[in-house]
Amino acid sequence: MAKSITQEFVKGLWEEIPPFRLVLGLCPVLAVTKTVENGIGMGVATTFVLVCSNILVAALRNIIPSKVRIAAFIIIIATFVTVVELLMQAYTYPLFLSLGIFIPLIVVNCIVLGRAEAFASKNGIAYSLADGLGIGIGFTLALASLGAVREVFGSGTFLGTPVFGPSFHPFSFMVEAPGAFVCLGLMLCIMNLVGKK
Amino acid sequence: MRELIKMVVVLTVLSAFSGGLLAGLRNGTKDKIEYQQLKFVKGPAILKILEGTTNNPIEDRFKLKDGEIDRSFFVGKFDGKTDTVAFESFGKGFGGDIGLMVGVNLDNDKIIGVGVTTHSETPGVGSRAKTESGFVAQFNGLPLIETFKVKPDGGQVDALSGATVTSRGVSAGLTDAGLIYKRLKPEIAKKLKDFSKKAEKSKQGEQHG
Repeated sequence: MAKSITQEFVKGLWEEIPPFRLVLGLCPVLAVTKTVENGIGMGVATTFVLVCSNILVAALRNIIPSKVRIAAFIIIIATFVTVVELLMQAYTYPLFLSLGIFIPLIVVNCIVLGRAEAFASKNGIAYSLADGLGIGIGFTLALASLGAVREVFGSGTFLGTPVFGPSFHPFSFMVEAPGAFVCLGLMLCIMNLVGKK
Repeated sequence: MRELIKMVVVLTVLSAFSGGLLAGLRNGTKDKIEYQQLKFVKGPAILKILEGTTNNPIEDRFKLKDGEIDRSFFVGKFDGKTDTVAFESFGKGFGGDIGLMVGVNLDNDKIIGVGVTTHSETPGVGSRAKTESGFVAQFNGLPLIETFKVKPDGGQVDALSGATVTSRGVSAGLTDAGLIYKRLKPEIAKKLKDFSKKAEKSKQGEQHG
């Protein structure tokens, strides 16, 4: 039953890739994936929070009384989210502006609390680190791929550089909110087709 | 009972650690964040107003105490003369405060440029105060010591059609800027002199070195 650390890491990349397989954490997935850059920025910020909170929760799992564990997890998560917020303001201000309210909202991202509650509070530090890193990178990949599809078709650019000739007319439906839902649905469909056994 | 104490202790210690860490980080990144905000939020307005300066107004800034409030002033240098500053003031608009950046020449007290930095006006109506440069350009060349009003109120400038409240807000913000300017002019002039002296010194240093 016991999995190896590598398995815990790899499962986040495909088997349990958060937005596509677990269909969790959809709020930032839909909201910030207008461009690849935003998707990656959001993914990296979430990964940082996820890894740090997983490590700390795993380290303190025997000290935190179970009755107040959720409160303790939220304090830990909120602290790291604020750390990320301050660092982004100081070093990547334009990205901070375009992600806006979704940075502080990582606090209530159910993936982060979900991993703390379901995994880190029951497993050792090394396993929790691998789990957080895997899920975080999976989340980043998902955001980046969704962002890539929407940016390429919606604005005709990839990471800000035009990919089509000047005659390309942007399919602006893709960068609007309904486009996000349709795009996510299609990607879920493709993932299910590919993953079918 | 023992469990209760443990819960309280764990949560208290955790919160204290978190508070300490964040306070430390906030102090460490404060200056950096302030600079970033100036560069990306107010920077474009400042640079537009002080177009053609030979220095970097965002780096050459100073703070003055105006009663309880700290105000930042951005120094502009034109043709070797350090005689221009830009600073921020606020006016009440339709949807909240309108942030204004005002550039003024200290020799003749005349406005050299006005720009809207932050606002929450109706998009497409009041927001034209920011997007249509024609409206704020009306203030250019007027002395900053006047009371500004829109024409329907017996003033100097045409209001944006359909956005009278916004136009009034901008005018009131500029009137307020005039009051700040009147209050602080002697201190601003002193600071500017310090700046031009410093610039000369570094120039001489370059020649000698």
